Amino acid sequence: MTEPATARVDSLEGDPPLLRVEGLEVEFSTSAGVLRALDGVSFEVRAGETLAILGESGSGKSVTAQAVMALLPQPAGSIVGGRIWYGGRDIAAEPVKQVRKLCATEIAMIFQDPLSSLNPVFRVGDQVAEPFRRRRGMDKRQALGKALELLKRVGIPNAETRIRDYPHQFSGGQRQRIMIAMAIALKPRLLIADEPTTALDVTVQAQIMDLLADLQAETGMGLILISHDLGVVADVAQRAAIMYAGRVVETGSIREIYDHPAHPYPKGLLESIPSEGARGQRLTPISGSPPNLLAVPSGCPFHPRCEFAIDVCRTDVPMLRRPEGWEAGHEAACHRSEEVL
Amino acid sequence: MADSTPLLKVRNLRVAYPIRSSVLMRHIGDNVAVSDVSFDLHQGETVGLVGESGSGKSTIARTIIGLVKASDGSIEFEGKDIARASWRQLKSIRREMQMVFQDPYASLNPRLTVRDIIAEAWRVHPGVVPRGAWTSEAKALMDRVGLNPDYSDRYPHQFSGGQRQRIGIARALALRPKLIVCDEAVSALDVSVQAQVLNLLEDLQADLDLSYLFISHDLSVIEHLCDRVLVLNRGVVVEQGTVDQLFDNPQDDYTKRLLAAVPVVRPWLEPT
Repeated sequence: MTEPATARVDSLEGDPPLLRVEGLEVEFSTSAGVLRALDGVSFEVRAGETLAILGESGSGKSVTAQAVMALLPQPAGSIVGGRIWYGGRDIAAEPVKQVRKLCATEIAMIFQDPLSSLNPVFRVGDQVAEPFRRRRGMDKRQALGKALELLKRVGIPNAETRIRDYPHQFSGGQRQRIMIAMAIALKPRLLIADEPTTALDVTVQAQIMDLLADLQAETGMGLILISHDLGVVADVAQRAAIMYAGRVVETGSIREIYDHPAHPYPKGLLESIPSEGARGQRLTPISGSPPNLLAVPSGCPFHPRCEFAIDVCRTDVPMLRRPEGWEAGHEAACHRSEEVL
Repeated sequence: MADSTPLLKVRNLRVAYPIRSSVLMRHIGDNVAVSDVSFDLHQGETVGLVGESGSGKSTIARTIIGLVKASDGSIEFEGKDIARASWRQLKSIRREMQMVFQDPYASLNPRLTVRDIIAEAWRVHPGVVPRGAWTSEAKALMDRVGLNPDYSDRYPHQFSGGQRQRIGIARALALRPKLIVCDEAVSALDVSVQAQVLNLLEDLQADLDLSYLFISHDLSVIEHLCDRVLVLNRGVVVEQGTVDQLFDNPQDDYTKRLLAAVPVVRPWLEPT
C-alpha cells in the first residue's frame, strides 16, 4: 500500500492533530477467508474539530472506530498495517491493554444502541459514577455527586431522583444522554460517536446532536461522528471522510464535498436522497449494491457501479488526490474527478 | 378519484391493549394505542402514516391487515367490514392486502428458497396460480422486482439487504393484491439502495395500479412517495392532508416541530 503522495496542505497550519490515522489496514479472518475491512484509511482530527465519517453498511466506518479504540473483535480482527498517531505515540503498535487504559480517560466512545450499552441491573447513577471511582479514586458519595452534575448537564429532568432509576426506566433519547454523560465524565480529549442518533426519533435526534455540539464547544474536545446519514451530520461537522469498501474515497470540508462531490460515490449518495426540491420526481439511485469484502472488484472498488468508469478504473486503484484547481484539503480517490466535478 | 368508493375506509378506529392485573389477570384498564383515526385510501393512491415511535402507526397497519383486533370503529375494504368479517371472508380479503416489513432479515424464512418463499402464498390461497406454474411465475415475479430469476433456488442469506427487500416485495405481489401495506419498508436500507427500492415501488404502482399504505418515521421518504399524509402523535391524527399542504403549510404545532427537526443535507443553503 503506497501512501497518497499529496501533502496535506490543510494540516500544515495550527496545532498538530489530536488523532492522525495513516494508511490503516484491518483484516478479519472469517470461515470464508480473510476479509480486508480497512484498506489504507487515512484521516485526522484536531481539538475542537468535528469530523464526520460517512458510509453505508460494510464500508468500514465502525471498524475504523473499533481499531482506534482497540475494540476490534478478537481474535478475528487485527490491524495489519498503518499507524494511529495519538499524542506522539503510534497506538496501533501498542498492546491492547495499554490502549484501553488510554482510551478510558482520553478517548471516549458512544454507540448506536444505548440500551445494550448500559448494564440493566445497575442504577444509572452508579454507572455514571463508575469512572470517577475507578479512574479518579473518588469515594461513593463524591462520585455520585459528580454523576448528578453530569446527568443535569446532559439534560435529564429531575436528575436528583432519577439517578436511582434503572436504564429500562428511561426513554431512548434519555438513555443516549446517559451514555453521553458517561463518555464525557473524565473530560476526554476525543469523543467518537458511532451512529449516536440512528435509533432515535427525529425530534430527539436533533436534541442529541445539539447536545454533542454544545459539549464540544464547552470542552474543546475533538469529535468524530460516524453516520450513514448525510443530513444528520451536516450541521455539526466541519469536515467529512466518506468511506466505501474499506477506503476513504473522498475527504474535505463537508460543504465542499456536498456542493461539489469529486467522487461518483458521494455524488450518487447525495442524488439518492429524496429532497424537498424534487418532490414527485424520480430518484437517481446508484445501480447495483456495495461489494462483498471477500471479493472486492479489481482497481477502483466502485467501478462496477460507476457511470464514469473507464479501463484504468478496472485495473488501477485510485489514490486520494486533490482535483485540479479545487480547494486545498478536498481530495478524492477517483481517476476521473475532473469529469465528475 | 374523489367520488369513487375508497378501496380502504377507516372510521373512528380505536385500538386498546388491555392491561391485566399481575395475579388474576383481571382486566384493570386499557392502554390506548390508537384513537379515533379516520381516513380513506383510493385505488392507485399512496397514503403515508408518519409519526415517532409510540405514535400508533404500526398498530394501525397491523389492525388493517388483521394482526390486531380493533376495539372500536370500522375498517372497510371494498365495502366489506374487516372487523365483522368471518374467518372465511377475512381470508379472501387478506388476499387483496399484503404487507412488506421493515427488516428484510427477520421477515424471510431462512430455510426456504426464494421460489418457495414466493410460492408459499399460493399454497395458502389455492387457485391463484396452478401448482405447475409456480416456478415460472416465481421467476417472473423475481424478474419484475429486479432480481435475477436464475437465483430462484438460493436462500435469503445469499442476498444483500436491498435484494432481500425485493424478495419481500415479490412475495407481497404473489397474490396480486390491490393494497400493499409497507411498514418502514425502506428504513433499514442504505440510501443508495433505498432509492432503488422507492423507484421500484413507484414503477409497480404505475404498472399494477397498486395502492400503498406507507408507514415511515422518515419524513423525506414520505414526502417523496406519498399523495396524502396522516401525521400521528400518541395515537391521534394531529393533521392530515396532501403532501403539498402538509409540507408547505403545516398547521399543527406537532407537525411543525416534526418538520423542523428533519435534518437538512445542505443547511448552508437554507434561508435563516
